[in-house]
Amino acid sequence: MISDSSYDPYNFAKLRHVGPSAKEITEMLKVVGYESLDHLIDAVLPTRLKNLHLGDDPLPELGKPLTEVELPDELHQLIGDNQSFTSLIGMGFYGTITPPVLVRNILENPAWYTAYTPYQPEISQGRLEVLLNFQTIVSDLTGLDCANASLLDEASAGAEAMAMAYRVSRSKSNKFFIGSRCHPQTKAVIRTRAAPLGIEIIEGCPFEDLNPVEVFGALFQYPGTFGHLSDFSGLAEELKKNKAITIFATDLMALTLLKEPAAFGADICIGSTQRFGMPLGFGGPHAAFISTSMKFVRQLPGRIVGVSKDSRGKPALRLALQTREQHIRRQKATSNICTAQVLPAVVASLYGVLHGPIGLKAIAKGIHNRTVWLKKKLENNGLEVDQKGFFDTISVDVGDSSKVITNGLKNGVNFRQIDAKTIGISLDETTTSEVLERVCLSFDLEVKKDELRSSDLKSLNAIPEKFVRTTEFMQNPVFNMNRSEAAMTRYIRQLADRDLALDRTMIPLGSCTMKLNATTEMAPITQPQLTNIHPYAPEEQVSGYKKLIDDLSQRLCAITGFDGFSVQPNSGAQGEFAGLMAIKGYHNSLGESQREIVLIPKSAHGTNAASAVLAGLKVIEINTNEDGTIDIKHMRDLVEENADAISAVMVTYPSTHGVFEGSITEVCELIHGVGGQVYMDGANLNAMVGILRPGDIGVDVSHLNLHKTFCIPHGGGGPGVGPIGVKSHLIPFLPGDPLKGDGSGAISATEYGSALVLVISWAFIKLMAGKGLSLATKLAILNANYVTKKLREKYEICYSGNEGLVAHECIVDTRVSIEGTDLVIDDIAKRLIDNGFHPPTMSFPVAGTLMVEPTESEPKAELDRFISAMFAIADEISAVKAGTIDKENNPLTNAPHTLEDLVSEWDRPYSREDACLPVGSFRPDRYWSPVNRVDNVYGDRNLVCTRKY
Amino acid sequence: MKYTEDHEWVRKDGDLFVVGITEYAAEELGDVVFVDMPEEGEEFAQGDDVAVIESVKAASELISPMSGTIAEINEELDENPALVNEDPIDKGWFFKIEASDPDEYENLLSEKEYQELIS
Repeated sequence: MISDSSYDPYNFAKLRHVGPSAKEITEMLKVVGYESLDHLIDAVLPTRLKNLHLGDDPLPELGKPLTEVELPDELHQLIGDNQSFTSLIGMGFYGTITPPVLVRNILENPAWYTAYTPYQPEISQGRLEVLLNFQTIVSDLTGLDCANASLLDEASAGAEAMAMAYRVSRSKSNKFFIGSRCHPQTKAVIRTRAAPLGIEIIEGCPFEDLNPVEVFGALFQYPGTFGHLSDFSGLAEELKKNKAITIFATDLMALTLLKEPAAFGADICIGSTQRFGMPLGFGGPHAAFISTSMKFVRQLPGRIVGVSKDSRGKPALRLALQTREQHIRRQKATSNICTAQVLPAVVASLYGVLHGPIGLKAIAKGIHNRTVWLKKKLENNGLEVDQKGFFDTISVDVGDSSKVITNGLKNGVNFRQIDAKTIGISLDETTTSEVLERVCLSFDLEVKKDELRSSDLKSLNAIPEKFVRTTEFMQNPVFNMNRSEAAMTRYIRQLADRDLALDRTMIPLGSCTMKLNATTEMAPITQPQLTNIHPYAPEEQVSGYKKLIDDLSQRLCAITGFDGFSVQPNSGAQGEFAGLMAIKGYHNSLGESQREIVLIPKSAHGTNAASAVLAGLKVIEINTNEDGTIDIKHMRDLVEENADAISAVMVTYPSTHGVFEGSITEVCELIHGVGGQVYMDGANLNAMVGILRPGDIGVDVSHLNLHKTFCIPHGGGGPGVGPIGVKSHLIPFLPGDPLKGDGSGAISATEYGSALVLVISWAFIKLMAGKGLSLATKLAILNANYVTKKLREKYEICYSGNEGLVAHECIVDTRVSIEGTDLVIDDIAKRLIDNGFHPPTMSFPVAGTLMVEPTESEPKAELDRFISAMFAIADEISAVKAGTIDKENNPLTNAPHTLEDLVSEWDRPYSREDACLPVGSFRPDRYWSPVNRVDNVYGDRNLVCTRKY
Repeated sequence: MKYTEDHEWVRKDGDLFVVGITEYAAEELGDVVFVDMPEEGEEFAQGDDVAVIESVKAASELISPMSGTIAEINEELDENPALVNEDPIDKGWFFKIEASDPDEYENLLSEKEYQELIS
C-alpha cells in the first residue's frame, strides 16, 4: 500500500473499529476528569490488580495489526489448503443451495446479522415474524402443535429432548433408550448430558432391545442414520401406555415426502434445519429445532415466539413463556439454553418461504429420484444395497470400503465409511448428474449419455406406501406468495425495516457488548473455501480450517492467559456446561467426586445456575453487599462450612454490576485454598482484553462470548460461540470429538462447533493486534464513564468502584427516577424507542433498572444523542411528578408511538410533536415502531405459536 | 383463616384445608398467566414446593403450608389463571389438602400476625 504520511487511511484498529476520534477522546476525557486514557485506566483498576496490568505494549505475540486491505491475503494463506469436495457423508449435514437472494439480503446484510435477541418485541417484529414462520414450518412438517426457535445443533437438541422427556414423563424410570440407528454424534452428546442428571442410557435395536416398561423415553431416528425407514408406531404406542415419551430425530426435507412423525406417535421431534439453505461450514452454525404437542409446551426449552396483541388490539409478536427460561428461573429453568440460532433459523425460514411447499416437494423429489436411480445402478452392477424403503440415503456393501473411499477421493467425492465393507451415500439438492457420474466412477461404473434423463428419473420411487405423506403442510399464504425475486427482496426489506439493529442505532445493552461487526471480518463467511466443507470430511481436506482454529486458539490463549481452548461450545451457556464438566472431570481424576457445590453470587447471569444444575452440581448463592460487591465474609463462611464439597465458584469479571471488584484475587485464593476451581463467566471480558488476563488473576477456566467481545454478530439472537479457555491442568478434560468419544465427552454435534464463524473473531484479532485490542478496551471504558458522568446530571447510578468510576457499563437506577409516580421501567425503555434507540438491558442484574453498555465502537455523537434522549425522558418524568402532564396518559405510558397514533384522532393531553418527534429521533428518517406497546399478559394467557390458516 | 410467611392463606373446609395466596402476594406477582398444579392424590410435607405460579416476569413456588395429600385442585385456574389476581381469597383458591397432621394449622400465622408481617 502506498501511503506517504503516518495517516493510514485503511488502518482498521484506529479508524474503523473504534467510534471516538482522537478529538472526541480528548473531549470525553475532559468530561470524565482524566488527563489521558492511561490515567483513566489506572484509576479504574483496583490496587491489587495494578501489578497485573499488561502495560504499554500489551500482547506482543499477536504481532503487527493488519489493515483491511492486507487481511484477505493473510486469510488465504491460512485456509488455502481447505479442499472443497462433494460430500455425500450425510449424518445430518447435507449440501444445500443458499438462495442468492438470501446470501445478499440476509447473510451479508447488517440489518439482519447485527440485531439483538428480540426481548424488546416492539422493535423486533420483523425477525419475530420470520421466526414464527420457522416454528410453523417445523410444526407443520413434524405434525406436532408447536415448535421453538431454535436450538443450537441437532445433537444438543437430542439431549434437550431427553431432559424434557425426563421432566414431562410420569414414569418413575431413570432409563432412556437410544435407537442404534441414530446419528453417532447425537448419541455422544446425549451420553455426556445424561450422566450428570443421573440418567442411564440404553442403546440398541428398538425392535429387539427396547423394553417399553423400563424407560421414561426413547429416541428413534427417522429416516435412520443409514437411510432406513422404520415404522415405530407400535413401539410409540407401547411407550405411551407406560407413560414414556417417544422422540423422533428427523429431517425436514425428508418429511416433505414422508409421513409426519406425529402420525407414528411421536411426542417430541428434533432435528436440524441446515439443509434449508445454511452452508455446511464445517459443522455450523445451523439452527436445530424441537417440536411437541401443546400439552408439553411449558416444558419446551429455549425461545418460543408467540402471537399477542398491542395496546391498540392489533396482532403483535413477542417471546412467549419466558418464565421457563434461565434468566428468570435460574437453577429451576427448563434448560440453560439462552442464545439460539436466529440467523440460521432466519435463513431456513426464508428458504421455506421462497420455495413454499411446492418447491420443497420438488427439491425433495429430485433428491429422492436420483437416490433411487443410484441404488438401481449399483444393484444392476452386482452391488448390494441394504435399504428397500429410503429417502436420500443408502448403504452399500462394497466388499472393501477403503478402496471405494479412495476411489471417491480421486473423483472429488466423500462417502461415509460405515464399516470395513459398507459405504453410506447421502444425496442432496446439489447432487447433479455430473456428481452422480463421479459417484459411479468411484465404483468403476460408467454412466451412458441418456441414462440420467430427468423424464426417466421422475417415475422412480422407493418410499413404501405406509411412509408416504398424505397431509398438507405450509398452507399459510406466507409460504405461497409470489416467488419472484422482486417480491422476495421486498418482503425481506419490509421485515428488516420493522427492526432496530446496529446499522441504525447504538444498541446499548449492558452485558451484551453490541459492538461493531465489521464488513472485513464478515466477508469470508460466504466464501466457498469455508462454507462448502462437511464437518466429517477427511482430515486432509480441512487442514485450512485446522490451521485457522489453531491460530485463533493460540491468540485467545495469549489474550486470556490460559493454556488451552476448545471452540466446541455453540453458546456461552454451552461453554459454562463444558467448563463445569472439565472441572468435574478434574476433581474426579483426583478421586474427589464428592465436590458437588458451586458457589454463585446472587447477581450472576441466570445461565450460571442453570448450567451448574445440568452438570449435576448443587448451587449455593453468595450474598452481595449493598454496594453490589461480593459479600466476602459470607463467601468465606460458605467455603469453610463446605470445604471438601466445594467444586467451584462461578464469577463474572468485571462483575455483572459493571465494576472491577478489588476482591477478585481474594475470591480466587479462598476457593483454591480448599481445592476448588475458579470459573469466570467471560460475558464482561470486553473490559479486560489487552489490559488484564483472567489467567493471571487466578481463574482456572472461562468461557468467552465470541459473539460479544470478539465481534461475531449477534445475528438477532444467535449464533453464539462460547469457547472455553483453561489452565493446563484442565486441558485433558476439555470437550471431546463426538465421533471419537474422548475428553470430557462431546457437548455439540461437531468437534469445532460453529466453525464457519470463527473466522470473524480471528480477523478481528489480526486487524487489532495487542495495542489495538487494548485501545478498544480503554475506549469501551471511556465511553461507559463518559455516559455515566453525563447521566449522573439527571439520574442516579447504582454501583461504581474507585473514584466513582465504572468498568465498561453502568446501571442507571430508574427506580429512584420514577419513585412516587405510577410509571414503570418499561415506560422509559419504550420511550427510548420513540427516540430511535434500542433500549438498554432492562431489570438485569437489578430489577427496575437499566444497564447501559456503549462499547468502544460508538462515536461520541451517538453517545450524546443517547444522553439527550435520556435527559428528555428525565424531564418528562419530572413533569409527571410535578403534575404538569397527566400521570396516566403521557408520552411515557403511551410509548412507543406509532404512525397509527399520529394519524388517529388526537385527544391526548400532550402534543403530537412531543409524542412523535422527541429529541433523539431523526426527523427525515425517523424509525417508527410497527406496533404499539405489546401486551405480554394476553400472549401468555392465550398461547399461539404458529401461523394459523 | 390462617396465613404463612410465604403469603399463603389456609382455610378450614370441613375435614379439608383450602390453600390460596394472599391479596398482597397476588399484587406483588402481577398478572398471573399460568399455574402448574399438583395432581390429586399427590403427597406433600409442610414446606415442600407444591405448585408453580407464573406471571409474565416471574415464577414463584407455592410452598405447602401443611403436610398431607392433595384432595382436590381448582381446575378453573387452568382455563382462567386471572382468577388469582381478581379474587385471590375466594375463586382463586389453589387446592384442598387432606392434612396428615391437622395440628399444623394451629401453628400458622393469625390474621393479626400476618398483617404485621406485611405492614
